[in-house]
Amino acid sequence: MQKQDADSYGLPTVAEPVLRMRGIGKKFPGVIALADVDLELVPGEVTALVGENGAGKSTLVKILCGIYQPDSGVIELAGREITLASAEQAMAQGVSVIHQETVLFDDLSVTENIFMGQQIKGRFNCLDWRAMHKRAAALLSSLESDIDPGSKLKELGIAQKHMVAIARALSVDSKIVVMDEPTAALSYKEIEELYEIVEKLKSENKAVLFISHKFEEIFRIADTYTVFRDGVVAGKGRVSKTNQNDLIAMMVGRTVNQIFPKESVEIGNPVLTVQGFCHPTEFADIEFSVNRGEILGFYGLVGSGRSELMQAIFGISQPTGGRILLDGAEISIRSPGDATGRGIVYVPEERGRQGVVLALPIFQNITLPSLSGLSPKGFLDLAKEFELARSYAERLQLKAASLSHPVSTLSGGNQQKVVIAKWLATEPRVIILDEPTKGIDVGSKAAVHGFMTELVKAGLSVIMISSELPEILGMSDRVAVMREGRLIEIVDRKNTDAETLVRTAIGTSQPVGGEAA
Amino acid sequence: MTDRASDNHIPDRLDVGWKPRMLRWETLLFAVAVVIFVFNANASPYFLDPWNLSDATFNFTEKATIALAMALLIVAAEIDLSVASIIAVASVAMGAAAQAGVGTWGLVVIGMATGALAGAFNGFLVTRFGLPSIVVTIGTMSLFRGIAYVVLGDGVYKGYPADFAFFGQEYVFWVISFEFVFFLVMAVVFGIILHRTVFGRWIFAIGNNPVGARFSGIRVERVKFILFVVSGLMAGVAAVMLTSRIGSTRPTIALGMELEVVTMVVLGGVNILGGSGSIPGVVIAAFVMGLVTFGLGLLNIPGIVMSIVIGVMLISVIALPILWKKIRAP
Amino acid sequence: MIKALLKNRDVVLGLILVMMTLAIAARFPGFIELENLRGIFTDTSILIILALAQMIVLLTRCIDLSIASNLALTGMIVAMINASSPELSIAVLVGVSLIVGFCLGAVNGLFVWLLGIPPIVVTLGTLAIYRGIIFLLTDGQWINAHEMSPAFLQAPRNIIIGLPVLAWVAIGLVTAAAVFFGWSKLGRALYAVGGNPVAAVYAGLDVGKTQFIAFCISGMLSGLCGYLWVARYAVAYVDIARGFELEVVAACVIGGISIAGGIGTIPGVVLGALFLGVVKNALPVIGISPFWQLAISGSVIIIAVVINARQEKTVGKLILRSSHKAG
Repeated sequence: MQKQDADSYGLPTVAEPVLRMRGIGKKFPGVIALADVDLELVPGEVTALVGENGAGKSTLVKILCGIYQPDSGVIELAGREITLASAEQAMAQGVSVIHQETVLFDDLSVTENIFMGQQIKGRFNCLDWRAMHKRAAALLSSLESDIDPGSKLKELGIAQKHMVAIARALSVDSKIVVMDEPTAALSYKEIEELYEIVEKLKSENKAVLFISHKFEEIFRIADTYTVFRDGVVAGKGRVSKTNQNDLIAMMVGRTVNQIFPKESVEIGNPVLTVQGFCHPTEFADIEFSVNRGEILGFYGLVGSGRSELMQAIFGISQPTGGRILLDGAEISIRSPGDATGRGIVYVPEERGRQGVVLALPIFQNITLPSLSGLSPKGFLDLAKEFELARSYAERLQLKAASLSHPVSTLSGGNQQKVVIAKWLATEPRVIILDEPTKGIDVGSKAAVHGFMTELVKAGLSVIMISSELPEILGMSDRVAVMREGRLIEIVDRKNTDAETLVRTAIGTSQPVGGEAA
Repeated sequence: MTDRASDNHIPDRLDVGWKPRMLRWETLLFAVAVVIFVFNANASPYFLDPWNLSDATFNFTEKATIALAMALLIVAAEIDLSVASIIAVASVAMGAAAQAGVGTWGLVVIGMATGALAGAFNGFLVTRFGLPSIVVTIGTMSLFRGIAYVVLGDGVYKGYPADFAFFGQEYVFWVISFEFVFFLVMAVVFGIILHRTVFGRWIFAIGNNPVGARFSGIRVERVKFILFVVSGLMAGVAAVMLTSRIGSTRPTIALGMELEVVTMVVLGGVNILGGSGSIPGVVIAAFVMGLVTFGLGLLNIPGIVMSIVIGVMLISVIALPILWKKIRAP
Repeated sequence: MIKALLKNRDVVLGLILVMMTLAIAARFPGFIELENLRGIFTDTSILIILALAQMIVLLTRCIDLSIASNLALTGMIVAMINASSPELSIAVLVGVSLIVGFCLGAVNGLFVWLLGIPPIVVTLGTLAIYRGIIFLLTDGQWINAHEMSPAFLQAPRNIIIGLPVLAWVAIGLVTAAAVFFGWSKLGRALYAVGGNPVAAVYAGLDVGKTQFIAFCISGMLSGLCGYLWVARYAVAYVDIARGFELEVVAACVIGGISIAGGIGTIPGVVLGALFLGVVKNALPVIGISPFWQLAISGSVIIIAVVINARQEKTVGKLILRSSHKAG
């Protein structure tokens, strides 16, 4: 609405950019994260940074807050060239960042989390806790949050932790505020409050860089946009002059319906059924079943309990109640080994931490869960291992120098193929994919989607957790929506649309988007 | 999307050429061992005598036997600092049993069982409560040696059966001692376990990424528990050999030995943070340390100075490669 | 209110300590006479100071196993200086002990900071090296009381307002540490660096440098204890305080310092050290052989670690809880 006003008054962008990044490049082993990227931030304006996972947004944020150093390019602040060699320098230059994942201190108080590194000092150069508590309370209440500044961070829920992170970013009087997917973990009401904060920052003439996946959000609060695709700028302009389809086209370089090779497969009987599944802190009363040949999508906000639920089914954590049925017969799963033995496998979200052993060779990663079967006497058989690894690596079109190279030498997309290969090699019946295309390039993404279709054609059942609506709507037969640890509903893909799903996921009946949604 | 499946052949491995192979840690270590050997041979005329060389093996075989098990633990990103104390408590148990008239084979069983039990206690604490093994084994280091003190005070157990001396003093063939043969056999066994079995692969996976290993269906806690028991068992075996060799038990037996064992493992190229390492490396490291100790002994350099050498070796084998990398890639 | 207090680890540890002392006093009333308590505190002073030193390092996710060797080496150097030039004032010797200790700690810290070598390896190495150097310096010779100047030996024993200087030094350092940890930027940075190194980087803290500083402070305090130890026991030789690092780690663990970093309080550490001090002094009183001491402190370490782990247990994301709490 704000931008409409601005446009209707016909105000031109007169303000000079406060921050100008030119020709920024950043390489990592095997990946070019950013190549020759330009970005301008103007005081009093919100710039939306849009792009798929892995497009380079997070790398740019890390450069802006001094964690990464760019390989090339210049950063100018108010016309003066600067370097951001550390987080401390970035803060001193007036850049504050709200990070996507809360990087805070669990064992310290809320106040201390807000002020760490930039504490208020009083007499004798001692820290002035009174002043800090007071300021923290004021900040939190300006965010309409009732968090007690004295409580320890680990006593808070995720949404509250995020509020603390926001308060931390606002605690300094910075010229530039970077928000990296700030609404991902927030509830509807909190998101509304955040929008008000953004408006306030604008009115204080601050430059805001707003990174988001949600188009409603972008059209509601952003003035200008910059689109990243595979580490380059794919487009920029004023939000009022574009629409959602154009943005998507810029993000992926093609139109949406081409991406998802979903074919209709005959759906069979229920394979895996979950009844009354409960966990003391993460989820409650979960009931669902997935059928042969079906892709069941799980949608919800980040932190709605989807991964925790699937990990409990896989035997990583123990539920407090409920039953798991396989082909109608109750089974007991006490460890991932049990689950794998029953043909239920889980491809985790955190690839580097949970999915692969980065330092080990590709073939050893692929055979890791199948080793016992490959070598009944307990001795390794390298020839068999290579054979098994090769067959799956080639089916998934893995690109690697050799099967003996460590997984760490692969790109994100190829690492994901290794994780999927490793689980397919156990010949599962139900495969649970947790954000299977998060942070991988467009080509690998298409390969993964194509492969999912092959799997269901072969009679497997697929459960796919995804926070990306196009993926959910493009790949699933049915969609289960979770919110705050509960399964709200399961709907047929044909009977729903993006807006309904989002509304169910954030728990409101009010319209979520602005006029462009 | 093009179909590349047909031309997408991935080789098993690439031929890396001779250079990286020559620069492998084990190769370098072997070269060092040869250099020290030649140096020793030049420094003292007594060095090349077969009986002297055989004597030299005694000063590292017990430690090296434990180092084999410790290597598996450290590859799995755990550590057992209590091994020297396990020797003390196992030796005291054997001493008490010998006092009560238990025969040689009974003593061996008691020594090994005590070691395995102590190892199981470590493993239980680490895996059941998810505790860091450094702290747990610092605690049991005090506890086990404390038990030895409680039982023995400032006393001493002597009077082991005459044939008990076999394990630490006798020769199997010519100058080849039982200890040395046992160590070599164990080296082969541990080498096969770590490098040729599924269990060994699990150890590497756990050491690199315990979470990923768990998500891959490996019973991480059980593997770790077994490794602690094995470490305790090997300490028990070392207790049998050491007690047999010196023929008596005092509560201070093997004091500070854990430092030398850990140094041996690290010198052998095992990453102290877990995830990589090899048994051949550890075996060569054992010989290197044995040769250095023996050489210093021939030069009449006292034992405490040896501990400086070990300390310097421990730090420098880790520091030098890092420094080397830093200098080469500024 | 009482329930909340009982949830506080330090309060519980304090209560256990008091109850243990009273239980001993019930049978041996002499144990809680002022003179005896004063003796126990003075006896424990060095352990308290070293536990503070270790705490600083532990908070940053490091460990310093070399502190007892640092103490022995610094103590020997100070004793040798005193023996050769008795006219030097105590202030100079204290200064020397601080500087030598600082340097020995800085060596540890540099390896950790600049080369990223695990602290356990570095300090396990310097544990052996520092003690070996004493032998090189002295050739195994002892420096006995009669070779030290009376002023050197007397300084920590002088009584001021009913307590010896040694005890006052401990009290002073505890107070200073309380101010340092509670009200200085660096003190808080220690907690941040150990609690979450990634977040610390995002907050603009230099993790490696902070750890280096922690080692320097720890070394400095160990060096000071070197002088205090040699003066108190009136002898210096290669093996003084051998294995004492374990008792220090024990005091910290009992006091609730997390080996994983970022958690720990000053009262906790002081109580942890006093706990061991009371046990050590109680054993002969209640007629248990001193050979029990090692086994007891080992058991207490294990029990304390188990209890700590239960308290630190990471909870999940608390998704269900946040749903009824939020908003």
